[in-house]
Amino acid sequence: MRHELSLVAIALILLVTDLMLKPSQKPRIIPVAVVLFSIHTILGFLPACEGILFGGMFRATALIGMMKNVLNVGVLIILLQSYTWIMKEENRDKMSEYFILMFSTLIGMYFMISSGDFLMFYLGLETATIPMAALAAYTHHQTKSAEAGVKLILSSALSSGILLFGLSLIYGSTGSIYFSDVAQLYSNAPMQVLAFLFFFSGMAFKISLVPFHLWTADVYEGSPINVTSYFSVISKGAASFILVLILYKVFFQLVYVWQDLLYIISILTMVVGNLFALRQKNMKRFLAFSSIAQAGFILLGMIAGSQMGMTSVIYFVLVYIFSNLGAFGVVSAIEASTGKINMGDYDGLYHTNPKLSLLMMLAMFSLAGIPPVAGFFGKFFLFTSAASAGYYWLVFIAVLNATISLYYYLMVVKAMFINKTDTPIAKFRSDNMTRAGLILSGLGILVVGFWAQVYEFIFNLSVGLF
Amino acid sequence: MNILSLFVLIPVLTCIGIVFTKNMKQTRLVSAIGMSIQLILAGLLVYLYLAERQAGNMAEMLFTYDALWFPTLNIHYTVGVDGISVAMIALTGIVVFAGIFASWKMEFLSREFFISLILLATGVFGFFISLDLFTMFLFYEIAVIPMYLLIGIWGSGPKEYSAMKLTLMLMGGSALLMVGLLGIYFYSAPDGGQLTWNLLEISKINIPIEMQRFLFPFTFIGFGILGALFPFHTWSPDGHASAPTAVSMLHAGVLMKLGGYGAFRVAIFLMPEAAQEQAWIFLILTSISVVYGAFGAIWQKDLKYINAYSSVSHCGLVLFAVLMMNQTAFNGAIIQMISHGLMTALFFALIGMIYGRTHTRMINEMGGLMKVMPFLGVVYVIAGLASLGLPGLSGFVAEMTIFFGAYQHTDTFHRILTIMATTSIVVTAVYILRVVGILLLGPIKNDHFLHLDDAKWYERLSTITLVVAIAAIGIAPLWLSDMINVSLAPIVNKISMAGFEFTSLF
Repeated sequence: MRHELSLVAIALILLVTDLMLKPSQKPRIIPVAVVLFSIHTILGFLPACEGILFGGMFRATALIGMMKNVLNVGVLIILLQSYTWIMKEENRDKMSEYFILMFSTLIGMYFMISSGDFLMFYLGLETATIPMAALAAYTHHQTKSAEAGVKLILSSALSSGILLFGLSLIYGSTGSIYFSDVAQLYSNAPMQVLAFLFFFSGMAFKISLVPFHLWTADVYEGSPINVTSYFSVISKGAASFILVLILYKVFFQLVYVWQDLLYIISILTMVVGNLFALRQKNMKRFLAFSSIAQAGFILLGMIAGSQMGMTSVIYFVLVYIFSNLGAFGVVSAIEASTGKINMGDYDGLYHTNPKLSLLMMLAMFSLAGIPPVAGFFGKFFLFTSAASAGYYWLVFIAVLNATISLYYYLMVVKAMFINKTDTPIAKFRSDNMTRAGLILSGLGILVVGFWAQVYEFIFNLSVGLF
Repeated sequence: MNILSLFVLIPVLTCIGIVFTKNMKQTRLVSAIGMSIQLILAGLLVYLYLAERQAGNMAEMLFTYDALWFPTLNIHYTVGVDGISVAMIALTGIVVFAGIFASWKMEFLSREFFISLILLATGVFGFFISLDLFTMFLFYEIAVIPMYLLIGIWGSGPKEYSAMKLTLMLMGGSALLMVGLLGIYFYSAPDGGQLTWNLLEISKINIPIEMQRFLFPFTFIGFGILGALFPFHTWSPDGHASAPTAVSMLHAGVLMKLGGYGAFRVAIFLMPEAAQEQAWIFLILTSISVVYGAFGAIWQKDLKYINAYSSVSHCGLVLFAVLMMNQTAFNGAIIQMISHGLMTALFFALIGMIYGRTHTRMINEMGGLMKVMPFLGVVYVIAGLASLGLPGLSGFVAEMTIFFGAYQHTDTFHRILTIMATTSIVVTAVYILRVVGILLLGPIKNDHFLHLDDAKWYERLSTITLVVAIAAIGIAPLWLSDMINVSLAPIVNKISMAGFEFTSLF
């Protein structure tokens, strides 16, 4: 409960502080929010208190605490990276809202991950979703941003409906909404399989798995870039965490159903995500489709249905947070300083902004899974878990897809390092906060892979699950 | 500190050193110092290795060092060398050293160039010292990816296309390889013990034959793509032709050897039964590589394309010999890897130097260069003669051993393929002598060529190093083949224990 309490406290402190600040002092809210959230992140790593609350609705284990910490690290980096953008004149009168909305969705995610029954799970999910739509429409004077907000809320409503229908069938067939009861009462009766499929479709919307991915690109493109990066790493990471937890803990009886399901969906997701990413010229849309493809890879870890699978999913999400935030950080720094967002604008970037280009290259290699950066280890362990369950052909298809994805990641590298242009993006210097965010993600990309203890730590936490 | 870990550490330190350099002169100086130390270290390793064997240490791998890395997956950082890897390390040391001096005048983004080049070398060195399949795969990929930048930024011609084609094809190869290696890992303890990535431990058990049948093609083709196995060789001519000089040298000279070495060390060593069953398919493919590469070279007009196709042919010969699976052929395969590595590096170095002067690589635009640049001309002839297998140079020793080994198979199938492959020697002679004739002899076609100068000191240093090594192997091949033979024993034993008679297929 510590994570939730301290985050609620921070959100309240920010609300009150915002009231007391004069309009000219508004920017002071930023350091307050960042410092408080950093403390919150660090405190999260203290030994976790385990147990259950509210008669089993809320669970806290060391593994769940670790998942929250992973999300915290990501959010911290996003906060740092959004400094330049949030300081813009147009956002001046709604600075604190950005932080408060972001923290409230994070609280929702906490509750979702910690849930011990389907009611708490659904409450958390909705708490996470509604502020997210507000965030997507944050720059509401821009048509695209407003459109993104509406699209997100409509598609979430639809997916929630489907999910709730699944949940109601689950309740109807087992008479309980508690995970532990459902896990025991579940069998593979046709209606229960159907209920599971509805539930899974609802989750697939949240993680944007093919064929439930159509909202992703538009919402990602329309939202402000830092919100986009929030969607693509934090929201997706949290949804993957809860999906893997529920698949393993609640629906383990249906393992033969969901393994086949994940097999097909993961191939579809990787292939479609990749094929669409190949053609994108707008960096935000490009990263959106690439993150759809990445979600397909995450399923490879889940399919194993073992401790190794759980570990590889959490580890991959951690690595993916660093890599994707590295990429988003660079895109956001460039957009905030120059307003340029197309891949063509990146031509010759290395000659004017070498450090940004190097970070972008590392991030691209990490997303593509090239050693020695962390992405290689993340992908390798996902593939290892899939292979441990005997899915060699799936691994083969996945690595081929990783090769296809390498093509478009290399296109970015090519633009920055190889292409020549007369009008490259001029040399600019980001402010210190943004730089700290970029350095943090760069360090993560470089260190997390080689530092085997990270993987071992997560592995040992996942032990209690089986 | 284990001496083998130094082979990874020194290049990394050199890269870090280069980051702090201010201009091209400092950069190339740091690189040259780093890679000279590396070359001396390689020489020292050969010496230490021989001394250890003299002293009667007959362990399969020497200078081993083992550190646990990811305990739950039993991934180790395990290094160790036998005669084969020592030979490959020495080859890499020589080629990288020569490559640094061949790119002495690299002015455009020189820091980035040398860092990428040395990073590539790090991957190669790491690959040859690794005994752990995970670490090996890690280094393998580290060696491949800098190629994209090296060709894309500093290359010539259709460089972006070639760089992308090369990277994607090689990464596609590693997709196959990944499946193969994961399969080997999960079947490394058939009786329920601890799974392992360790090459030596896996070699002591027998992977179930049904799995071998499934995994062998993945592993062999995965490595084979890097070894220019037909029909997956198409990245090679484009890549080599577009790459800058030092990169072509390193790539054809060393990186392609990763394919042959891996196919031999991992695919065949760990899965001998499946290898023997399926060898005939791959033998046909490699024979096509050998002959097709040689004929392909005849048609080309661009010096680099000629050499790239000749590399396909010669590397095909390596895989061809590896698949023959007897002591002599293995021996020949290793010597061929070293010999081809040295002479193709020499060729690419010379082509780079000639191109730097004439600004063309088309042979029909050149002529009579021997008169204006006698040093480069003579070295080119030596490289050519080594390539076509003249006795006294390394090429002869290698090809002779391979064909001897191949001919030990008495059945018709192997005989026919061997005879087909030997024709490549004749074809090689045709394209080498034709190039020498047009390029170096005859009248000077262009007045502009009259004013060209001969090799500078750094170019001489680069080429002489390689020529000395080629001649050394040609004149005294025995110490090399002795070194290899001892290390081949465990591999040959394992294969003979597999006891599959090839002739039973026919």
